[in-house]
Amino acid sequence: MDKNINITIKVWRQKGPKSKGSFETYKLNNVSQSSSFLEMLDVLNEQLISEGKEPVAFDHDCREGICGMCSLYINGHPHGPDSAVTTCQLHMRKFEDGATITVEPWRSAGFPVIRDLMVDRYAFDKIIQAGGFVSVNTGGVPDANAIPISKKDADLAMDAAACIGCGACVAACKNGSAMLFVSAKVSQLSLLPQGKVEAARRAKAMIAKMDELGFGNCTNTRACEAECPKEVSISNIARLNREFIKAKLAD
Amino acid sequence: MSTINSKIPQGSLSDKWKNYKDHQKLVNPANKRRLDIIVVGTGLAGASAAATLAELGFNVLNFCIQDSPRRAHSIAAQGGINAAKNYQNDGDSVYRLFYDTIKGGDYRAREANVYRLAEVSNSIIDQCVAQGVPFAREYGGLLDNRSFGGAQVSRTFYARGQTGQQLLLGAYSALSRQIGLGRVKMYKRHEMLDVVTIDGRARGIIARNLVTGKLERFAAHAVVVATGGYVNTFFLSTNAMGSNGSAAWQCYKKGAWFANPCYVQIHPTCIPVHGEFQSKLTLMSESLRNDGRIWVPKKKEDAEFIRAGQLKPTQIKEEDRDYYLERRYPAFGNLVPRDVASRAAKERCDAGYGVGSTGLAVYLDFAEAINRLGRHVVEQRYGNLFQMYEKIVDDNPYETPMMIFPALHYAMGGLWVDYELMTSIPGLFAIGEANFSDHGANRLGASALMQGLADGYFVLPYTIQNYLADQIQVPRFKTDAPEFDAAEKSIEDRIKKLMNIKGNRSVDSLHKELGHIMWEHIGMARNSEGLKEAITLLGKLKQEFWSNVRIPGESADLNIELEKALRLADFIEIGELMARDAYNREESCGGHFREEYQTPEGEALRRDDLLSYVSCWEYKGDNIEPELLKENLEYEFVVRQQRNYKN
Repeated sequence: MDKNINITIKVWRQKGPKSKGSFETYKLNNVSQSSSFLEMLDVLNEQLISEGKEPVAFDHDCREGICGMCSLYINGHPHGPDSAVTTCQLHMRKFEDGATITVEPWRSAGFPVIRDLMVDRYAFDKIIQAGGFVSVNTGGVPDANAIPISKKDADLAMDAAACIGCGACVAACKNGSAMLFVSAKVSQLSLLPQGKVEAARRAKAMIAKMDELGFGNCTNTRACEAECPKEVSISNIARLNREFIKAKLAD
Repeated sequence: MSTINSKIPQGSLSDKWKNYKDHQKLVNPANKRRLDIIVVGTGLAGASAAATLAELGFNVLNFCIQDSPRRAHSIAAQGGINAAKNYQNDGDSVYRLFYDTIKGGDYRAREANVYRLAEVSNSIIDQCVAQGVPFAREYGGLLDNRSFGGAQVSRTFYARGQTGQQLLLGAYSALSRQIGLGRVKMYKRHEMLDVVTIDGRARGIIARNLVTGKLERFAAHAVVVATGGYVNTFFLSTNAMGSNGSAAWQCYKKGAWFANPCYVQIHPTCIPVHGEFQSKLTLMSESLRNDGRIWVPKKKEDAEFIRAGQLKPTQIKEEDRDYYLERRYPAFGNLVPRDVASRAAKERCDAGYGVGSTGLAVYLDFAEAINRLGRHVVEQRYGNLFQMYEKIVDDNPYETPMMIFPALHYAMGGLWVDYELMTSIPGLFAIGEANFSDHGANRLGASALMQGLADGYFVLPYTIQNYLADQIQVPRFKTDAPEFDAAEKSIEDRIKKLMNIKGNRSVDSLHKELGHIMWEHIGMARNSEGLKEAITLLGKLKQEFWSNVRIPGESADLNIELEKALRLADFIEIGELMARDAYNREESCGGHFREEYQTPEGEALRRDDLLSYVSCWEYKGDNIEPELLKENLEYEFVVRQQRNYKN
């Protein structure tokens, strides 16, 4: 049964991208274990506002695990200690009475801090802009059932397409690599006949953009897969590597 | 009676859109390059419009409040998207999708708009498949379908429980391609705070850069608002935390009519409220009603024992369960439309049969489906939803029935638009949930995605050209025009006023208070006394807000409390207009239920002789009553009836 607990939370506070940040420690009493982690932060912010202090800035929006906006590094794990959830789906019942909880932003060269726990992930959008699409304009496309696609391929493509672009994979990786993110999109599209046409160009363009934006290399530590809230598999990275090598060989 | 011209084309129902396209004005490629269009919002409607307009050759400026265009709340739509493909050979057609939608909306939408929506629905599916959207498929490789409420055919296409996500990512990928090509300029973390009109036409916007806090000016030949709905007025809803009605509301204050604000949808299957700290409500997809059965105990004493925690739902015998939707609506059963299902749940709970510790919940049970199909099939169909439920409630829905209760979900009302999706301000367009156009008084499941993408991919890119064709001689605007100065100055003053209040109440505490007033008086059941009281209470709340809100920090800086305060100021006013509209509409239809107007069986009682019109509210100034204009709804093709889902 859920009960109320008392906790201490250490939160990273940082005024701007160039400022020096530090941890601030706050005590919160009577936190309901039925509340979500972000609702706990709402309560903390209410407390800070009532004391005349500035609330903690953090990104969040849908609060049901799909928009990919929330991005907290909690007790050393992106999205916290529970598995297969985003921060907004993490509930306080995962913490004991008296616990001390450390909350940090994603830390990666590719994601500069904007304020406190908020980071800039526009690099992910730039990678998609480089090639994460099928080049079709609106209109003039064939009937949806004109191209049969095996259920197996459609399911695998869907597994990869489940990526929410939150950046937990990058935050989890000691190299700050975005390979899981890139491979999810490349896999989704290369598994489907619609995306095969420009598969080679896509793989090369997205990898080049990822390198240019300062993301690190993949050394197969599998930390990304372990922390991914949508359980996107690293077999996608293998598929990306195959696509990339095929493309390079064809050059 | 009506002086409003909605510009419905001539011809039979199935010829109207064709006639329009055959005769509308177009803009040639060289001129398209000289025209700028602002699109505010990057959800299904905004992203698909921005991408398509850029593909056509226009210069597009696109805005979103989130850190990326991919975050818009369309992403959270779960169940599916309707289309009249008839791939299942079960009797579907464009006419049937049109008919179901107009009936589902309780005959309060325009026939011509809804027919067009049904017509373009098929192109949407083709387009999404071409983009690489991984819809669910059969073993033969063709697309799979399922059923949604208010339909007797299977016409809903889906991608597991994440259809909105996949469709949005499809539109986002098309948009990203255009951003990469330099044809769309993307402004993320920017919030539109006003529309700028010059000589009566929309010519630009003022947006606040949410990172720096600075106000920025943008000019264009036309402005498209695709900023979603306003149900966060209720504080607790299934919308995202940032979803708000402010962009639409600022258009209203500049003269665009606001239509049918009282039509909001209360979705029957959401996880019930469980505490004061709660920040939002989570939807459990309507698709669950394909296999889940809704029930409460037949005996009051069983319900009482359950509420006291002395009895479990699995201990209630089959014959002691009341599957009230199957009982009341044998023809549609658990798949009645949302308004009907929500009211039926409220009726049972009000009568004392509700479950959960609060008594404000009913069961959604999969035991029969698991027996019939096996657990693995249920898991395949709804696995992610079951996981989501378990993470929130800490209960295993494979073993014990889910508990659900209605929650605010969608706004059918919104900015009034004509057949061309243009508001009453020339050059200002509204698409997707932000407009009022296609769902009447109640939206059917899987129709929001259809409408958002129809507007963005296949309707607006045509109709906006009919307007822009007359604008090709108009040179690009400079943002130093006096109209921009005035708009920016009025926002600056408003922000200054807010920052200077330095009161004692947080924005959230006031927003929660607003939510309580809304739910209590303008929620699932409304009456004239309650609505009058709501208007009084909202007036008091407005005063409290403007004299006692506390916003820490600086205005010319990242300031989340200020963002929320600006939105709340508008939500309070939206709430007032909703109450006014609900008070005026002395009938029950769709999501709007006035207790005074119901049949002996407790069904909604429409009054077509008196209220067959779209309520269009025109702003007249602060603290002055808005004027009600009426667009008469003519039904030429469909015979209106009392909605019947019983037989």
